[in-house]
Amino acid sequence: MRKKNISADRKIYLGKIKKEKIIILITQILLLLAIIIAWEVAANLGFIDSFITSQPSRILNTFLNLSSNGLLEHIGVTCTETIIGFLSGAFLGVIIAIILWSSKFLSRVLEPFLVVLNSLPKVALGPVIIIWVGAGMPAIIVMGLAISLIVTTLQILNGFENTDKEKIKMVQTFGANKFQILTKVIIPANISTFINSLKINIGLSLVGVISGEFLVSKAGIGYLIVYGGQVFKLDLVMASVILLGLVAAIMYQSIVILEKIILKTNKFK
Amino acid sequence: MQEVLKLEKVSKKYQAKNGEVEALKDISFEVYEGEFVSIIGPSGCGKSTLLSIIAGLEEKTSGKIYIDGKETNQVTSEIGYMLQRDSLLEWRNIYSNIMIGLEIRHCKTKENEEYAQNLLKKYHLYDFKDKFPSQLSGGMRQRVALIRTLAIRPKILLLDEAFSALDYQTRIAVTKDIYDILKNEKITALMVTHDISESISMSDRIVVLSKRPGTIKSIHKIDFEIPNRTPINCRESAKFSKYFDSLWKELDVHA
Repeated sequence: MRKKNISADRKIYLGKIKKEKIIILITQILLLLAIIIAWEVAANLGFIDSFITSQPSRILNTFLNLSSNGLLEHIGVTCTETIIGFLSGAFLGVIIAIILWSSKFLSRVLEPFLVVLNSLPKVALGPVIIIWVGAGMPAIIVMGLAISLIVTTLQILNGFENTDKEKIKMVQTFGANKFQILTKVIIPANISTFINSLKINIGLSLVGVISGEFLVSKAGIGYLIVYGGQVFKLDLVMASVILLGLVAAIMYQSIVILEKIILKTNKFK
Repeated sequence: MQEVLKLEKVSKKYQAKNGEVEALKDISFEVYEGEFVSIIGPSGCGKSTLLSIIAGLEEKTSGKIYIDGKETNQVTSEIGYMLQRDSLLEWRNIYSNIMIGLEIRHCKTKENEEYAQNLLKKYHLYDFKDKFPSQLSGGMRQRVALIRTLAIRPKILLLDEAFSALDYQTRIAVTKDIYDILKNEKITALMVTHDISESISMSDRIVVLSKRPGTIKSIHKIDFEIPNRTPINCRESAKFSKYFDSLWKELDVHA
C-alpha cells in the first residue's frame, strides 16, 4: 500500500495501533527497571539480606568480570551440549517417526511404550544414563537428547498421520509408492510441524542439559548454579540464571528466524 | 465405436467389525470412446467406491474390469482420476504441480513435458505457471488439477464429484471449462455426481444406481439434438426438465 492512498481514518487507526505498541514497550521496560531498583535499594537499606538474595549491582559486577570467572567458557559448554543433544534428538525423532509411519503394525505395537516413556520424567533416568554412558559430557548430551526424543517422535508422527488424505489419494492415483508418498507429500506438508517441534524441543533439551549438569558436570551453566549455591556465591547463581534465560531466548529466536527463511523461500521440492 | 472401459458384474463387500456390508452388486456397463457418462445415485450407494475400484485404489470382491479390452486390477496410467478437491500441493508452483504425475511415473520426458506445457498454453494457464496454488481462483485451480491429470495422457478420465467443493456460480463456469477441454482433447470420461442437473448438462449417458447395495437401476441416453451443445445452452432446452423429472423420480429421494 502506498502512503498517499491512506485515508485520514486509516491514519488515525494505524497511529493508534503504533501508540499502543509503544506504551506496552515502555511499561515493560519501566516494570523491569522498577524491580531492579527496588531490589537494589532494598538490599542497600538492609530490608533483604543480600548474602541470600544477592543484588543487581553485584550481579552486574559478576558479568563485568566474565573472563576472570570463566563464565564465557561455561556458556560455551552448555550451548555445545544443548545443540548436539537437540539436533541429534530432532534427527533421531524424525527417523523413528518415519519408521513408525511406514509400518502400521510397528506403530500399534509400540504405542503404549511410547506413551509411558513420554510421560516418564526423563530426568529420573539421569543416574542410569550416567552409569551407562559415563559421567561427563556424553551423559549430559544424552540427557538433552532423551528429553526431546520421544516428544519429537510423537509430534512428527502425529503430523504425518494428519496429512491431508486427499493429497495422498491424489498421488496414489498416479501410482505413487510408499516412498514417493513420503517424499512428495508427507514431508513437504509437514515442514511447519517440524519447525514447531524444534521450537518446543530446544527448550526441553536445555532442561535436560541443565539437569544433567546438576548431576555430573565440571563445567557449564548448570554446574555454575550448583557450585554457586553450595559456596553461597549468590551473585554467581543469579548471573548464571540470567545468562541461561538469555541463552534460551537466543536459541528460540534462531529457530524463529530459520522458520522465516524457510517460509520465504517456500520451495522445498 | 470402440469401448474404452467395460465393467462385468463388479461387486464389492466391506468387512467391518460389526458385520459385512454389501456396497455394490453386479455392476456391468461400458463406456465408449469419446463418450461422457455419469453415475448418479442416492448418497451412500457406493458410487465413489465404484470409481475407486475402477481406478485400482480399492479392491473389488468379484467381477472384471477391462480397459481397451485388457483386464486391469491396479493403478495404471490409462486411467486419470480427478478428485473432489483439487488437492494441489501448495508448496509447489503450478508448473511443478502439473508435473507430479509424470515425476511419480518416472516418465518426465521432453515430449511429455511439452504436451503438458501445450495444455497450459491452450487453456490460458501458461502465464501462471510460476505462481503458487494459493494465488489462483477456485476455477483456475480446478483447471490446473484437470491438466495435471491429463498430463499422463490417460485413455479415460474419472471424475469423483469433481466440482462439489466449488460455489454454485463458479461451478457452472468450471463445468463448462472442463467440458470444453474434454471435448477438445477428445477425452472419454466417467463422472460420479449427486447433482442431477450437472449430470444431464454434461453427459451422453447417465447410469442410475439404486440404494445400497448399489445395483444399476437404469441407463438413460441423453441427447439434446442441438449442434455445439455446451453444459450451459442445453439447460435452456425443453428436454432438460423432462430428463430432470424422469431422473428425479427414478432416484426416489425421500428427505
